[in-house]
Amino acid sequence: MSGLTKDEIAALVARDIPPGSYVNLGIGLPTQVADHLVDGSGVVLHTENGMLVMGPRPAEGEHDPDLTNAGKQPVTELPGASYFDSAASFAMMRGGHLDVCVLGAFQVSATGDLANWHTGAADAIPAVGGAMDLAIGARSVFVMMTLFAKDGSPKLVPECTYPLTGVACVTRVYSDLAVFDLVGGEAIVRETFGTTYDDLERRLDVPLRDGTRAPDPPHPSKEIR
Amino acid sequence: MSARLCVSPDEAVAEVEDGSTVLIGGFGMAGMPVQLIDALIRQGATGLTVVSNNAGNGDTGLAALLAKGRVRKMICSFPRQVDSWVFDGLYREGRIELELVPQGNLAERMRAAGAGIGAFFTPTGAGTPLAEGRETREIDGRLHVLEAPIRGDVALIGAHRADRMGNIVYRKTARNFGPVMATAARSTIVQVHEVVDIGELDPEAVVTPGLYVDKVVAV
Repeated sequence: MSGLTKDEIAALVARDIPPGSYVNLGIGLPTQVADHLVDGSGVVLHTENGMLVMGPRPAEGEHDPDLTNAGKQPVTELPGASYFDSAASFAMMRGGHLDVCVLGAFQVSATGDLANWHTGAADAIPAVGGAMDLAIGARSVFVMMTLFAKDGSPKLVPECTYPLTGVACVTRVYSDLAVFDLVGGEAIVRETFGTTYDDLERRLDVPLRDGTRAPDPPHPSKEIR
Repeated sequence: MSARLCVSPDEAVAEVEDGSTVLIGGFGMAGMPVQLIDALIRQGATGLTVVSNNAGNGDTGLAALLAKGRVRKMICSFPRQVDSWVFDGLYREGRIELELVPQGNLAERMRAAGAGIGAFFTPTGAGTPLAEGRETREIDGRLHVLEAPIRGDVALIGAHRADRMGNIVYRKTARNFGPVMATAARSTIVQVHEVVDIGELDPEAVVTPGLYVDKVVAV
């Protein structure tokens, strides 16, 4: 049995973003979610370096050095775009004006604590960027990660051992093996991929609840704002 | 009073003193005032504290200033990048101090300095190592951290166009930290692609009014 690929996780996240949402995609893996957003969904991408209605990567040879995303990769502007300074960009986050942000993680706790900026290793150079602002600011914080680290240890944990990015901020975890809603200290399993609820219960050390037989997961067409 | 129009980046940075706190605009290389930084390297000021979102990319701009050993301390949000080898080396050798600040707090702390705010409570960073030792307060059921303003002696900013009043227009995401840094320094120096006559910029499009700008240089 095998779980989802990273690209399949990205597609799953894209599926669950309600039409018309204002969304910030973190650097790295979450950036791939943009490739799966459906035309006409009305989802608006925010980038922390000061832009709304960000478009995809430009065609070869049409890079504008003044137009990048948070990962400093070249992007484009779509009709309806706007630019603003960094203070305004982060006021949008902190002020609760973004509907969804998607972030990567080293660890997430069952109570929604997020650790994604620093391994705490002595020789590591820490870098936080906008992760702490996004974690506490966006109305829904989605995490994309593999459920287990390369050494086999779970990344959904009772309590984070890595330095925290934010406290009780993660609302949903998308992993290669399952999607979890974090509610009241419990991880509710919404969907599983190549595994079963019982298997997850054996391998994870967090309070789990079986939500796989709950009513349909939200689909964009059913969550019009 | 109009901004002083300088003939060269060297003239613009001539008065930067050793030990200054220098706010440097840019997000990666977008908005980075490379020619002003090159002039600052020639000028020789050292023992600087630099406030910028990143800690240099490649070997140009801020990275070149770091490589010359002129910077004692970096205050930034995201030093570690694929092309931050200059900073990485200095940091690992213990030759530079780092104050890591969440990006929104970095912007807001400079905004506060420019707006005359003594300090502010923010939920960003609460309960994390970056808030250790800070005063906290629960506001509306949520933990907030007290953050102090960051003032600069000098701001070096890269923008698109200026007029002779010092009114500034930026271009796309190169705007980033420019507008807040312009308000937060005792002396604000802006490099632009073009200086135009008074009246030529659309007043509705001016982002940084000339009141904040001390020197302008076309590069």
